[in-house]
Amino acid sequence: MAKPAPVSPAVPQAQTPAAHTEPAPAAPGGLVGWVDDRVPVSSILKKALRKAFPDHWSFLLGEIALYSFIILLLTGVFLTIWFKPSMAEVTYGGSYALMRGVPMSEAFASTIGISFDVRGGLLVRQIHHWAAILFVASMAVHMLRVFFTGAFRKPREINWLIGVGLLQLGMIEGFAGYSLPDDLLSGTGLRFVDGLIRSIPVVGTWAEFFVFGGEFPGDVVIPRLYMVHILLVPGILLALISAHMALLVYHKHTHFPGPGRKDTNVVGQPLFPVYAAKAGGFFFIVFGVTILMGALMQINPVWLFGPYNPAQVTAGSQPDWYMGFVEGAIRIIPNWEWHLWGTTWSWNIALPGLGLMGLLVILPAIYPFVERWITGDTREHHVLDRPRNVPNRTAFGVAAMTCYGLFWLAGGNDILATQFSVSLNNVTHFMRVAVFVGPVVAFIITKRIALSLQRRDAERVLHGSETGVIVRQPDGGYTEAHAPVTDETAFTLTQHQQPAALAPSAGLDGRGVRRTGGRIGRLRARLSGWYAGGQIAKPTADEIAEAAHHGGADHPAIEDDDTPALPGGSH
Amino acid sequence: MRARRHKAARPLVVVAALVLLGAVYAGLSPATTGVADDATTSAQVEQGRQLFAVSCASCHGLNGEGLASQGAPSLAGVGAAAVDFQVRTGRMPMANPLAQAPRKPNTFTDAEIAALAAFVANLGTGPEIPTEDQYLPEGLTAEQIARGGDLFRTNCSACHNFQGSGGALPQGITAPTLIGVDAKTIHEAMRTGPGQMPVFGGGAIPDSDVKAMIGYLEEVHAQPSAGLTLGSLGPVSEGFWGWVVGIGSLVLFALWITSKAARR
Amino acid sequence: MSLDTRDTRDTLDLPVPDPGLHEEERFTDSDEAAGRRAYRQVVGLLAAVPVLAITFVVVYFAVPADAQLVLFGSAFKAHPVLLGLTGGVAVLAIGVALIHWARTIMGDQDVVEERHPAGSSAEARQAAAAVFAEGVEQSGIGRRKLIGMGLAGGVGILAVPAVVMLADMGPWPTAAVRAETIERTIWAQAVRIVNDVNNLPVKAAEVELGQLINAQPENLHELQESDPVAYQREKAKAALIVVRMDPAAIRIPASRQDWQVDGILAYSKICTHVGCPISLWEQQTHHLLCPCHQSTFDLANSGVVVFGPAARSLPQLPIMVDDEGFLVARSDFTVPVGPSYFERDSSRDFKEGDD
Repeated sequence: MAKPAPVSPAVPQAQTPAAHTEPAPAAPGGLVGWVDDRVPVSSILKKALRKAFPDHWSFLLGEIALYSFIILLLTGVFLTIWFKPSMAEVTYGGSYALMRGVPMSEAFASTIGISFDVRGGLLVRQIHHWAAILFVASMAVHMLRVFFTGAFRKPREINWLIGVGLLQLGMIEGFAGYSLPDDLLSGTGLRFVDGLIRSIPVVGTWAEFFVFGGEFPGDVVIPRLYMVHILLVPGILLALISAHMALLVYHKHTHFPGPGRKDTNVVGQPLFPVYAAKAGGFFFIVFGVTILMGALMQINPVWLFGPYNPAQVTAGSQPDWYMGFVEGAIRIIPNWEWHLWGTTWSWNIALPGLGLMGLLVILPAIYPFVERWITGDTREHHVLDRPRNVPNRTAFGVAAMTCYGLFWLAGGNDILATQFSVSLNNVTHFMRVAVFVGPVVAFIITKRIALSLQRRDAERVLHGSETGVIVRQPDGGYTEAHAPVTDETAFTLTQHQQPAALAPSAGLDGRGVRRTGGRIGRLRARLSGWYAGGQIAKPTADEIAEAAHHGGADHPAIEDDDTPALPGGSH
Repeated sequence: MRARRHKAARPLVVVAALVLLGAVYAGLSPATTGVADDATTSAQVEQGRQLFAVSCASCHGLNGEGLASQGAPSLAGVGAAAVDFQVRTGRMPMANPLAQAPRKPNTFTDAEIAALAAFVANLGTGPEIPTEDQYLPEGLTAEQIARGGDLFRTNCSACHNFQGSGGALPQGITAPTLIGVDAKTIHEAMRTGPGQMPVFGGGAIPDSDVKAMIGYLEEVHAQPSAGLTLGSLGPVSEGFWGWVVGIGSLVLFALWITSKAARR
Repeated sequence: MSLDTRDTRDTLDLPVPDPGLHEEERFTDSDEAAGRRAYRQVVGLLAAVPVLAITFVVVYFAVPADAQLVLFGSAFKAHPVLLGLTGGVAVLAIGVALIHWARTIMGDQDVVEERHPAGSSAEARQAAAAVFAEGVEQSGIGRRKLIGMGLAGGVGILAVPAVVMLADMGPWPTAAVRAETIERTIWAQAVRIVNDVNNLPVKAAEVELGQLINAQPENLHELQESDPVAYQREKAKAALIVVRMDPAAIRIPASRQDWQVDGILAYSKICTHVGCPISLWEQQTHHLLCPCHQSTFDLANSGVVVFGPAARSLPQLPIMVDDEGFLVARSDFTVPVGPSYFERDSSRDFKEGDD
């Protein structure tokens, strides 16, 4: 028998509050209230719903990746209902007549089954593959936007590294996915990967036998790829995407320079209702576009390739686009192979394979830290750079894109040869040179363009925009009238900071002892000088004021009512 | 004292010289290889010889012996099928000695082609023009056609691609597209090995297999596609259009979404 | 000391002062008719969605699987195309409606949110360090260091059993295993060469000049029924091409005079680069091109590489004629076929200039 609870002293009745003029909005009841009693939803929401999200089209690129991933999950689950990840041999007996009686693996047979005997199956297969193409493409474009605007700087380096990891995993996921149907085209790609793994120095045969369960092709690689494709990599992707979004929410989004925008604030649309509607609407748009692509553009018609047969191949064998750069590298590399003391060192495969793929991971991963080391910039940044104001970074990025793009084109050298009626061998020779020369040329051109744009910005601030209105002056001369830029524009064009280069550390310290690390310090100072040298000095306040009053005979300004002011007048 | 010449001497000397020249030429000119049979020369072969002399001999020689400087091979033993293939598809006569004879409209009538073929066949035994039962894929079961696909992917797709859209070979040569190419032409090409294409002889691939392969191609080309085929070139064009249409349209949407609505 | 490293207004160089946020009025806010039109457009888009959804369901059940749409001379499969059109436009319509609503009807004033420095404050760091230090003190690990080292070592060493558990992922490719697997094929003396797919044996006299035969060993066919996995595995090594060239026009080294029959030569069909099957043979140049990465081999010169990334010549199969006139192998390949691997002794491969 429980002890009776002590009787509490009489609690005065709660008085109804005195009538007030405006009733407060009712606290949420019903379901939200039920949840709120257990988890502090309201506390979270009261801040979260008015979070500011800066509005720029380039900020939606990461969303394309996120939504593509969701589409992949949805369509992927549909496909797993019918796909059989088995290399056991069956004789096809389904409705696609052109494969009747052909021996094939269960994986291939079930893919043909999805395409022809499951209503809507072919559509979902095509949506799934187009979404995969878009997933990697949008991650690449998003990464480029983050790079060119400097959004990877402190405090977002961790998010940048997570992003680099997401891109690599996306590529691996795509490769595993399109290899699952065990068709002739992807099987040829798997054969290439087998040769790639086998050629790794020292451990190649071991890695090959462990991945394929013995010799190629074996009967376990498709089930293993299936496990990687639906369990391992999606799990890691989900975890990394969650971390990526969590950091984005915590750090808040960056914003482009503009009036009212500082490093200490964020200006944008409120999450609820505007941004939720725009982001939610964009999800439906991405989904809709992907469905339409799946409906109107055929992709990966495996029934035309046929089942994988190690003695068959098709002309124009390429992997999906995001593996194209490796394909290109392995086509154009000269046949360097060492035969030493009974061993074979296949540099012609290891350099494009491990080497170039490794470079695609390492270079982006270390870039934020290298740039930070060169510039000595340890500040927190939330206002983005306009790419023209960081010409060296922009030029470097374009050069890297050019190198990647040329490798990608080299991967399709036979398609280039047939479509443009040029010799296959000449395309290969050209690409061997172009992948080195092209990026250098691209760097120079891009830097020049960025510097010109900086000069143009300075011109606009000082002298206004050209209007195309020609004014004839009393003394007979013709000049073009300029419209002064608005204060908002002038601010946007001059707010970027132009830090000086790092001073080289002196050779000797205060006590006359030689400083250690001097050589690296001098290298750093030289790089910093070169990096900071890519700037056109922005107009100072004095120069702007002087230009505004300079006006006069040479540059009459245009008023609101379109009549040019008399020369010499100030306004 | 003047030497006396008969007034017919000069014309006679000219005639004698011409006869001598003709005899020397006839003696030195290459003999017609193979079956040079004046006894069985039919009117068709004769017509073919005349056509050949006009359209082909400048590169291939009057007796089809070939001319290395023009890059023109000997036609002895290529057979009537080769002539039918090359002339009917317009590849021959070739305007310039290029790396590869391009397909172009044919200017000969069927009778003229038959005559040319008969003439060349007379130069040496080679593949004959196939009859319809050798190449028309009729009465084939689904399994046979599917097997034809297997044969196609084993022997042909390496050059011509999985759908016969064509492919690249070294030094600017291409394996041409097979889309829209008729069965007779495919049969002849396999048996005669035109240009750089190897010969696919009847011992290894009998006519029944060739018909199955042709049947497969015809079925595949007539098949409806699940959307635009983008050239049937595989992942390269898919990646290209995925970027252009997919990323392109989504960027356009993004521009619209984030633009400010019309202002006063 | 502040750990805030953000640029604040007093540290920045701003030639033009910040004019602050500025808003302009929207048409749909100022013009009643425009506002109503936007509303009608949003509702109209949303109204289309159920229509399209029902059409989707009708198409799913009513359109037969083999129905075709013929447009501009091309035939398209009606079912997936119509399904995707209706579904895609329906989903797109929802998205467009949402965006249109957000752009033209929802209030579009910007909000400003203050940021805080991304990292923890100096006080928080000191407090955390103090709490941690207290905890470490409490754990007693300071004076009893062996616990920490032992723990780290113990957990670390558990990685070894974990890795060892993967040892059966595949057979171990020791030298003996390699000799039985990747270094041999099922070709052997007297094994007949047959045409791939139709399994017709090849009579030497019937092979024409310039002919290419995609071939395989006759004993491969039996494997297809009995052991399909072994069939694929052996086919990936034993695939063969047979070509006939004019012996006077090619170079046959002394050591390989009896590897060929009147200009009929047999080569491995598996590229020595990364293993794609090659059969792009140019009849006149005698070059064999691999479609994967364009390695080119000269079959008139014992398969040496003339272009591309392959580093070793194509293995040649010694062949002869049996008493019925059919082509048979004289022996297995004399070098391992297919892609390179580290332990491969490549000194026996044919090189340019060998005899």
